[in-house]
Amino acid sequence: MTLFIEQCLNGLQFGLLLFLLAAGLTLVFGIMDLVNLAHGSLYMIGAYFAATFAAWTGSFVLGAVLALAATLLVGMAVEVIVMRRLYGRDHIDHVLATFGLILFFDEAVRLIWGPAGLSLSLPPWLSQPVQILPGMNYSAYRLAVIVVTLAVAGFLYVLVMRTRIGMLIRAGASNREMVGALGVNIKLLYTLVFGLGAALAGLAGLMQAPILTVQIGMGENILILAFVITVIGGIGSIRGALVAALLVGFIDTLGRAFFPDILRMLLSKEAAATAAPALSSMLIYLLMAVVLVVKPEGLFSAGNK
Amino acid sequence: MRPALNLRTLVTVVLIAALVLLPLYTGLSGNRFLLTLFTRIVILAMAAVSLNLMLGYGGMMSFGHAAYLGIGGYAVGMLAHEGIDSGFVQWPVALAASALFALVIGALSLRTRGVYFIMITLAFAQMAYYMFAGLARYGGDDGLTIYKRSQFVAPVDLSNKTQFYYICLALLFGVIYLVWRLTNSRFGLVVQGARSNDLRMRAIGFPTYRYRLVCFVIAGTLCGLAGALLANQTDFVSPSIMYWTRSGDLIIMVVLGGMATPFGPLIGAVALLVLEEVLSGITEYWQIILGPLLLLVVLFARGGIDGLLTNLSGKASGQGRS
Repeated sequence: MTLFIEQCLNGLQFGLLLFLLAAGLTLVFGIMDLVNLAHGSLYMIGAYFAATFAAWTGSFVLGAVLALAATLLVGMAVEVIVMRRLYGRDHIDHVLATFGLILFFDEAVRLIWGPAGLSLSLPPWLSQPVQILPGMNYSAYRLAVIVVTLAVAGFLYVLVMRTRIGMLIRAGASNREMVGALGVNIKLLYTLVFGLGAALAGLAGLMQAPILTVQIGMGENILILAFVITVIGGIGSIRGALVAALLVGFIDTLGRAFFPDILRMLLSKEAAATAAPALSSMLIYLLMAVVLVVKPEGLFSAGNK
Repeated sequence: MRPALNLRTLVTVVLIAALVLLPLYTGLSGNRFLLTLFTRIVILAMAAVSLNLMLGYGGMMSFGHAAYLGIGGYAVGMLAHEGIDSGFVQWPVALAASALFALVIGALSLRTRGVYFIMITLAFAQMAYYMFAGLARYGGDDGLTIYKRSQFVAPVDLSNKTQFYYICLALLFGVIYLVWRLTNSRFGLVVQGARSNDLRMRAIGFPTYRYRLVCFVIAGTLCGLAGALLANQTDFVSPSIMYWTRSGDLIIMVVLGGMATPFGPLIGAVALLVLEEVLSGITEYWQIILGPLLLLVVLFARGGIDGLLTNLSGKASGQGRS
């Protein structure tokens, strides 16, 4: 039972982390109609910045804040230099151009930080387990991640739904020309939105950094998961991204933890041992397939709003 | 009237001649590496040609085409691992498995459009990647060594490098011809019509979903053939053969060469892989050059090399379209 609760919390933490990535992706797609494969690169860069800045300043929190700001700047620079030229073009152009960006970023990171991975160590107050239930400890850091991501999700909601900037973002999503004609600097707005998406990806990266190693290509695997989430949740919908991210986080974590046992009950031991690793990593894709059959536009399709 | 000999035709003819004559040169100069490199190029060009059928002509932006390379390759590898060496079994199984996978994935993916389609094909290809990576019996992550290439009847010997190269080249031309015939058939015209305006095609009464699905399956099957060849060439198959960046490479080949042109993907494959080879000779960090180069192509050279050549030929003969 303790194990189950622990895995549930892990699933929640992973799901919320995925939400940060998927939210940026879906925001950029919903508003700029831009497919950004390089989103995973920003995640990777956030992690590298955090590891570097934390080592420089000697403080995890300060390093994280600096890394967040740096990723935001990188994101805005990418928007100004490259993405701006891609708006309104074919999706295939987006895919190719951002694929080129991935190659560039991966290689640039290898050039700057070297091929070996980095590690980001936690301060003592985060690395200790805390007691959450009588007789049950849980990683303080993972709890902190859950709290931070929930706060960010709340912040995003308020930002998009309750502020003037958010209003402009939503207006820009439905009619770019009209918002421009009304005197809003739409170019700046897009740069800000892209930077925001980048910062979210960077935040996800730097929070994942102490759990996994910081390495080249770390963004690519998780990017695919973020894609699956945006497809399940409905492209352009932040609410959908949250629901789908939690679904994927739970199913992936719990599937890996318990699916082999379930399979062992149904099949022979040998067959289960062969099939379990392959099948448990396929679970979320099966979920996606099922969602597509039922609702081809995703659970919370934003439609043409 | 178009001049019979323009730059575009010239480049294509020279390229084909060079590919046909390559083993002569490598045989004389003893440069075996070049033959290995070009066998690989020819095989990947075949995969790019198959992708072009659905991407260029069909407008179906699949980001998971490398999955069929993997399935074709694993069909050969797994059968060889179980002691079945005959190519007469391996290759049809490779084709059938790819076709079946394409049918399932296509039936699901084609329910969606645009960016959903891109992401879904990508996700399904990654699913296949993780599935093979999880198969411990067949090497899992580390892959599977193939000790014996596919066996055919007496004179055919895939272990002979020159012969294998020519078999790949002949199959490549066969695939290019097949795709060309397909795109000029009624079937191909319907698929292209659905690319330009699906709604209108359906209004006329074509069940475009079925046409597109068949196109998807044909493209996947042909790529499965390339996968079987690739496994034979490297004597090895691992999940990395179908990693998503490989799908990206295939898209680059198609776009770089020229979408919806018969020889574009071949030109693109040769250009990309030779460029990679040259750049990696210059610096270890060659992707830092390739990435931005790709960006420039996307931003400034739409239509790829084929489009560029067509433009140049047009200008040279004073036939530039207004």
